[in-house]
Amino acid sequence: MAILVNKETRVVVQGLTGQTGRFHARLCREYGTQVVAGVVPGKGGTSLDGIPVFDGVAQARRATGADASLVFVPPPFAADAILEAAAAAIPLVVCITEGIPVLDMVRVKRYLRGGTTRLIGPNCPGVITPGQSKLGIMPGYIHHPGHVGVVSRSGTLTYEAVHQLTRLGIGQSTCLGIGGDPIVGSSFTDILGLFNADPDTQAVIMIGEIGGRAEEEAGQYIKQHFKKPVVAFIAGQTAPKGRRMGHAGAIIAGGQGGAVEKIAALGAAGIAVTGSPAEMGATMKAVLDGRAQHAGSGRPG
Amino acid sequence: MNIHEFQAKELLGRFGVPVPAGRVAQSPQQAAEAFAMLGAPRVVVKAQIHAGGRGKAGGIRIVETAEQARAAAEALLGKPLVTHQTGPQGRIVRRLYLEPAQEVARELYLALTVDRRAESVAIVASTEGGMEIEQVAAANPERIVSEVIDPLLGVAPFQARELAAALGLREHQPGAFSRLAGALYRAFVDTDAGLIEINPLVVTAGGALVCLDAKVSFDDNALFRHPEIRELRDPGEEDPAEVEAQRYNLNYVHLDGNIGCMVNGAGLAMATMDIIKYYGGEPANFLDVGGGANAERVAAAFGILLADSRVRAVLVNIFGGIVRCDMLAQGVVEAARQVKLSVPLVVRMEGTNVAEGRRILRDSGLNVITGSDMADAARRAVEALKQA
Repeated sequence: MAILVNKETRVVVQGLTGQTGRFHARLCREYGTQVVAGVVPGKGGTSLDGIPVFDGVAQARRATGADASLVFVPPPFAADAILEAAAAAIPLVVCITEGIPVLDMVRVKRYLRGGTTRLIGPNCPGVITPGQSKLGIMPGYIHHPGHVGVVSRSGTLTYEAVHQLTRLGIGQSTCLGIGGDPIVGSSFTDILGLFNADPDTQAVIMIGEIGGRAEEEAGQYIKQHFKKPVVAFIAGQTAPKGRRMGHAGAIIAGGQGGAVEKIAALGAAGIAVTGSPAEMGATMKAVLDGRAQHAGSGRPG
Repeated sequence: MNIHEFQAKELLGRFGVPVPAGRVAQSPQQAAEAFAMLGAPRVVVKAQIHAGGRGKAGGIRIVETAEQARAAAEALLGKPLVTHQTGPQGRIVRRLYLEPAQEVARELYLALTVDRRAESVAIVASTEGGMEIEQVAAANPERIVSEVIDPLLGVAPFQARELAAALGLREHQPGAFSRLAGALYRAFVDTDAGLIEINPLVVTAGGALVCLDAKVSFDDNALFRHPEIRELRDPGEEDPAEVEAQRYNLNYVHLDGNIGCMVNGAGLAMATMDIIKYYGGEPANFLDVGGGANAERVAAAFGILLADSRVRAVLVNIFGGIVRCDMLAQGVVEAARQVKLSVPLVVRMEGTNVAEGRRILRDSGLNVITGSDMADAARRAVEALKQA
């Protein structure tokens, strides 16, 4: 099961022939992902590393039955690439590109509204279901199949959490970054909804950061609807106000987006928030062990 | 990217936004001449720095003669202006902007920004002009109204009417406000702005709407399609180390602590700052070398870190995914040799090619303290600081 991607997922890579696209398409395929097509305008009819290349997404979808797109198109053209995938009714679009203008994303989100395409990213590491499929730039080998979901706004901090889990012998169901931009395709709440419904996911690590109110909204959702334990970390507790911390969306502005408020909101929702990024895995282990003991002690006989 | 008030007003004026006709002065003589050219009985002399709170700090003065304009310029130019947004060292005033003083009947607030929750541009308005909007939001949130703009429609007339009504505008003013809102929205979209803030927007004694101040910032990610806006950048308003970092595509933010850090990835970089603090230290900076880091960029990053004289220890935290640990180790070794590293260096490395990376560090002859994980590395950096 897991969420979003599995070994059946058939992937078209938009921007396949660029340096990044080619490199990562190869690594995804080596991981076991079915990379069935590439899209590069003007290069239709050719192939790269044995992957057939098409001029457009609709054509690629018709020819190969691709049901997911992985976007490596450079920032000036990335919004258009997402729109093209959505227009071709690709159910899942994962956009890795960093640096898309925010007003481009305003238009993209307006276009996606009410449609059937789910967008992950942009400015994200992608999605991986360990042992099955990887649509992204994360190092595959740190992951291990299991039952903890990981969702984050960052890339390397996600790897950090996954690495900690794997070292503690805790496998993952699906791991993904939702992206570090102010406007992204899917929110924490969207992804938590998927994890909630996934029988393979028993608990979730959520890694937030300063900026916006996505973590507060996720806290509300968890309190009201989420049935599984959640461990959280919020990055940027020491970040100054009004300064962008690398990610376009990581900024405390207009009195909003500070780490203190986010941690308080998550704590109020009953989430185990760790103050140290080195303790994400250990906190999850404690939560899982505690629950196991609790469940064990509750059992008759 | 931020610009000065005079640049913002010139830009907005081109979109039909009502702004006073002003003049820039870079010397007392120019200020006196500007006064004469404006031909107004009372003129406002405004210090041009990228920070708010200028009025309270004495950076905005009203003058009634050319001699007064000259004296005001002498008092302000070339000197630091300290406002609540500049920090204690203030910002050096290099330019003044002179405008005819307006007879103000009412002060309002108007801003356009990207509303992250609504995922659209929003127009925010308040009757409490001249105050910081955060203060109004805290004390009187009911006095702030906003309209989310559909990107397919632009500012609909009914939205402008609702905002105008909330601002208490009457007679011909709602029409003028509607034109103003439309012009500001066009300016926002056409220039890929991140924020346009008019505070205050004034109703003059004659009933006209005039933008008395204007603060405009732009989406850095969209500057590639606005070469004319890139030209408005004033490096004099930016931290020199941050300007240098931009040359190498490094994300660097200068902070006040003494442990320099170099990390790959924004989230991990923030988390590294946090864990330094968690173990009782103070980070000197945020520095993300990015996914495409090579040895040259790492060396440049190292140079920028160590140019900060307050840095007493360096913590390198790398989770190699796409970035390979061996390449990063190579960059660190080269840089440490070039700059003749004299402060303790703690390195924590994990991920792709980590064994080779560790070997390079071990064989370098550098005195590198190895952290086994993030927590261990942070503890060792704080510890090294105490011994140094």
